[in-house]
Amino acid sequence: MKTRRDFIKISTAGAGAAALSFKAFGSEGFSLFGSKSDGPVSDEDLTPYATYCEVCFWKCAGWAYVDKSGRIRKVIGNQDDPHCNGRLCPRGTGGVGMVYDEDRLKTPLIRETRSDGSQYFREASWEEALDKVANKMKEVKEKHGPEAFGLFNHGTPGAMLEHLLRAYGSESNAEPAFANCRGPRSSAFYSTYGAYVGSPENTDIRDTKCLVLIGSHIGENMHNSQVQEMSEAIDNGATIITVDPRLSTAAAHSQYWLPIKPATDIALIMAWINVLVNEGLYNKEYVEKYTFGLDYLKDHVKTMTPEWAYGITTIEPEMIRRTARAMASAAPAVVVHPGRHVVWYGDDTQRSRALAILAALLGSWGKRGGFYFPEGVSVPKFPHPHYPEPEWTWKDWNDGKFPLATMGITTELLKASIPGYNYKHQVKAWLVAGTNLPLSMPDKPLFKEAAASVEFIAVMDTMPMDITGYADVVLPEATYLERYDAIRSAPNREPNIALRMPAIKPMYDSKPGWWIAKQIGERLGLHDYFNYNDYSEVIDWQLKQLGTSLEEMKKVGVKKYPRKSGPLYLGDGEDFTFNTNTGKIELYSTDFADHGFDPMPKFTKHPEPPQNFYRLIYGRAPMHTFSRTSNNHNLWDLMSENSVWVNPKVADLWQLKKGQEVWLKNQDGHVTSFPVKVRVTERIRWDSVYMVHGFGHNNKKLSRTFGRGASDTEMITNVVVDPIMGGTGMRGNFITFLTEEPALEGKEDKA
Amino acid sequence: MKEELFVSGRNIPNIDPYLNIWHWQIPLYLFLGGLAAGILFFAGFYTVRGKANQMPATVKLAPILAPIALVLGLFALFLDLKHKLFFWQLYTTIRLESPMGWGSWTLMIITPLSFIWVASYMKELIPGWNWKFNILERFEALVIKYRVALAWVMMIYAIILGVYTGILLSAFNARPLWNTSILGPLFLVSGFSTGLATIIWISKDAKERKKLSRIDLVFIFVELFLIVHLFMGFKAGSQTAIEAANLFLGGPFTVSFWVFVVILGLVFPAVLETLELWGYHVPKWLPPVMILIGGLMFRFIIVEAGQITRYLY
Amino acid sequence: MRYAMAIDTNKCVGCGDCVVACQTENNVPHGYCRDWIVESVDGTYPSLSLEFRSERCNHCDNSPCVRCCPTGASHIEEGGIVTVTHNKCIGCGACIESCPYDARYSHPDGYVDKCTFCLHRVQKGQKPACVEVCPTKCLHFGDLDDPNSDVSLAIKDRKWKVLAPEAGTDPQLYFLT
Repeated sequence: MKTRRDFIKISTAGAGAAALSFKAFGSEGFSLFGSKSDGPVSDEDLTPYATYCEVCFWKCAGWAYVDKSGRIRKVIGNQDDPHCNGRLCPRGTGGVGMVYDEDRLKTPLIRETRSDGSQYFREASWEEALDKVANKMKEVKEKHGPEAFGLFNHGTPGAMLEHLLRAYGSESNAEPAFANCRGPRSSAFYSTYGAYVGSPENTDIRDTKCLVLIGSHIGENMHNSQVQEMSEAIDNGATIITVDPRLSTAAAHSQYWLPIKPATDIALIMAWINVLVNEGLYNKEYVEKYTFGLDYLKDHVKTMTPEWAYGITTIEPEMIRRTARAMASAAPAVVVHPGRHVVWYGDDTQRSRALAILAALLGSWGKRGGFYFPEGVSVPKFPHPHYPEPEWTWKDWNDGKFPLATMGITTELLKASIPGYNYKHQVKAWLVAGTNLPLSMPDKPLFKEAAASVEFIAVMDTMPMDITGYADVVLPEATYLERYDAIRSAPNREPNIALRMPAIKPMYDSKPGWWIAKQIGERLGLHDYFNYNDYSEVIDWQLKQLGTSLEEMKKVGVKKYPRKSGPLYLGDGEDFTFNTNTGKIELYSTDFADHGFDPMPKFTKHPEPPQNFYRLIYGRAPMHTFSRTSNNHNLWDLMSENSVWVNPKVADLWQLKKGQEVWLKNQDGHVTSFPVKVRVTERIRWDSVYMVHGFGHNNKKLSRTFGRGASDTEMITNVVVDPIMGGTGMRGNFITFLTEEPALEGKEDKA
Repeated sequence: MKEELFVSGRNIPNIDPYLNIWHWQIPLYLFLGGLAAGILFFAGFYTVRGKANQMPATVKLAPILAPIALVLGLFALFLDLKHKLFFWQLYTTIRLESPMGWGSWTLMIITPLSFIWVASYMKELIPGWNWKFNILERFEALVIKYRVALAWVMMIYAIILGVYTGILLSAFNARPLWNTSILGPLFLVSGFSTGLATIIWISKDAKERKKLSRIDLVFIFVELFLIVHLFMGFKAGSQTAIEAANLFLGGPFTVSFWVFVVILGLVFPAVLETLELWGYHVPKWLPPVMILIGGLMFRFIIVEAGQITRYLY
Repeated sequence: MRYAMAIDTNKCVGCGDCVVACQTENNVPHGYCRDWIVESVDGTYPSLSLEFRSERCNHCDNSPCVRCCPTGASHIEEGGIVTVTHNKCIGCGACIESCPYDARYSHPDGYVDKCTFCLHRVQKGQKPACVEVCPTKCLHFGDLDDPNSDVSLAIKDRKWKVLAPEAGTDPQLYFLT
């Protein structure tokens, strides 16, 4: 029988109504007795604790400053950390708001059903909640095999559960970070260079002479060290070329802004390649020595002239030539930025390939001011038995449909969870950690069907995110400032590691992710995989292997190591073998050819908005990380809702006023749950609208952000899947405006 | 299209989107201050001119309202203070550059003077009044003896108070609507006019009322002249000044200002007073009440509208 | 000594880090802020200009807020930093009315509050929290009288503007354009 799982929006039974705001009686009216709140505290009176940030994936190292009363006052970047150079971004600085968010998950919750069939969450003890998860895991293992227990994960907490699931025998995991985000570029760069661009990306923006951004919004995405380096590049007089249908922040700081017609990027990139090839501007020595397939490429781009591209992109041929020449004159110190969230139109791996090829022609891979060779510290694994070999993994859900996928595909995991899709291997239960699926996944109907299909969902999170409303068991996790976590070791110019230790004890009844994973593991008889009492033992052991110790790391936070892999850049004429089939940079991808894909990128036309509809473009705001920070009080103060950007011409047509609330309806008839305010601005084209992603939360427990703004994800029901790696192209959705509140039908979750 | 907006969520209570830090307390305070100034000035004026007995309402009766108005005004000011327990800090220093400091000191002086003035007439107003303490009796005698001198001091302070109610606003360079030197005389004239209206309302003496009405008409005409002058000045000024004037010339304050303040609060009572002087029967209370309501609204509108005007964004 | 700040609008991305850093450093209550970001867009698509400005108290040389304060709570510290002594402030609001930049607000505790250029840090030789945190390093702080200070060097060879110069306050935030 299919379980019917209602989305639970309210808190534990009855508790919500009673909570009367203290603020109503706060100090405002009665300030007769002078100053109550304290002012600044000088750094000497604060104790710093080493941490690295978990507000986004950049994971900048910093110090949490705790005052004498045990309150974290501020988080400041670690000077030695190459991710942040001592300067956290607004989200990192506001990370303290994550700890003191009064809406946090405070105790474990278990879903219960009343006699009338309605459902609610009951507060439970850890003992009971962990037993429940462990028993379910045992049951699934017996009935369907451990592989049927899936995991959606992101960030450090996800890694803890990944370890648990691997020990238990499942590798059925997927993270939105791949198929819903940067997957295409991974596959594209891997097939071109035999290497990933990684995170942080190995872009040498600091020393570049020319930065090319296509749909990459440095400054709106606060990928910290990149933002810092772009600023340095501006100081150094680097040429910035930004291609964007919207005047992005980066575009405003660029010498060249190419206001491209959306969905035509490949044509522009190919035209650039055409100019480089035709005018002989490519780096001949480099291309000769390191690349494979120039002749194929020359032939391939022959017709892809700037004039051809003009008709498609609306960018003047002269501008295409001029920017191509600007790149060539700066080469090899050119960063053609691979972007990060690159799942747009379903041919994204090909577009990323085009960028990779462009970079190769400029000779920038492995060159100063282009792409450096990153190196990371390999942190030894704390001893545990081998993971059992699962009978099937995420690779087997879809019988090799997406051959070049390098990680699990979230939408495939959803489909594998729905019996109706008849996947050979089916997933029966989920663990979810660090990702808020209803707002991070496109095609919400698919998600809802999958959530209703599985037998069991356990969610580990710090906040009552929308996803917790679908859970059977909610496990309240301590925030990153309250816990030990795995040592951070990301490849960079200089190999380095960073420590995260608790600055304060976990608030409420929350527990660190490692503890939760271990407790479940112990219940499953997996003690040998969790052979420690405290995670600090794991870290200390690892650090000692790395020639340092927990004690030292607590003092320095970040430790750098000398490079072992050789210099940052290729020497002139240095021999180098790339990790590809041909050992060279593949302008012509043999991998793609082998799998029946176009070995070189082609422009394909994508659907355009129908009459009265506008293309939905979504993006980032620098003060928020997707949907996870929108309730953070410090960051909510900066931005409490999103708006829909509308060109003044469109606003005139629809008679929309600045600040007016509208509902959005997409091409499939879906309407946003909440209205969103109009921002009339010249920064967006007349054929598109723009929204910042991550708003329109539907869980009332998120008291600040509930119902604020609209969710772009709700409007993304048309997903164009990238045949190469399963990426979910999301920019093929079109919206129109409803100026009056629509009838409840068609609206989601209006209770 | 030019677009300027806060993108860091700035939305400070009473500051954004428009400044609204002064609510009803300040305009009420300004109104009561102007009213008291008017009453005290004319009480002093006719005393100095030796007409105390021909003008009983002006010199003896109406001044009873002055200390009441001043105390109420001060109380309104106190209510406006957000750090109330520290109000005494006002009187620990003299800051000549600060209109607010200036005003508080002026009130500190004129309020006791107004009490003394009223006290000196207590025996005339209430037969059989007895001060009970000898020292008070002696003090009364002293005051009565030097009443003319007191009247002079009171007149000077009444003018200072009347001008101050306008200068408090006009000293704020940051608010283009307020930042005009006409505001001082305008508030002075308007305050005196409300004072006169109050006396006219109280007075039972037809001659006294006639005399006061004539003066009031002059004040009203001067006030109207100053208002026209004010807007001419704005219209000839910078962009921010023009924008300030436009709040009243087609903007959100157009109706409330021109209908209620100018027509019903000035022109109409002026016509009525003229008719009354020509011998037509007009309800005695009507012109003064209209002037008082007009004067009160004038201050509310100027305080509220002024806070909307700004240089940036 | 004359403390001042230069804001490089060619580099600012309007991320708001300065605002949060100020909030956590100075314990500014939620809903209030001592600094803020203005986005200014001009033109018609696609001929557009866009400027981000990190704004705060201008610590004016000719500061109307200090002049109009009836108690002397608003005063000028060493180096021209305008601050408010909480226990002297009566919360009359005159200084708030007087500021053309709307840089002051009434703290929920009653007194008037504003940017202090992080006086408590500056006195120890540190920079204001907003300057220290800015990822783009677009904020420069220092002593204008010292030709080698960060701020003097920043404005030396650059065009700059101040905000609302017509208000006549002689503001000390220099926006590099």
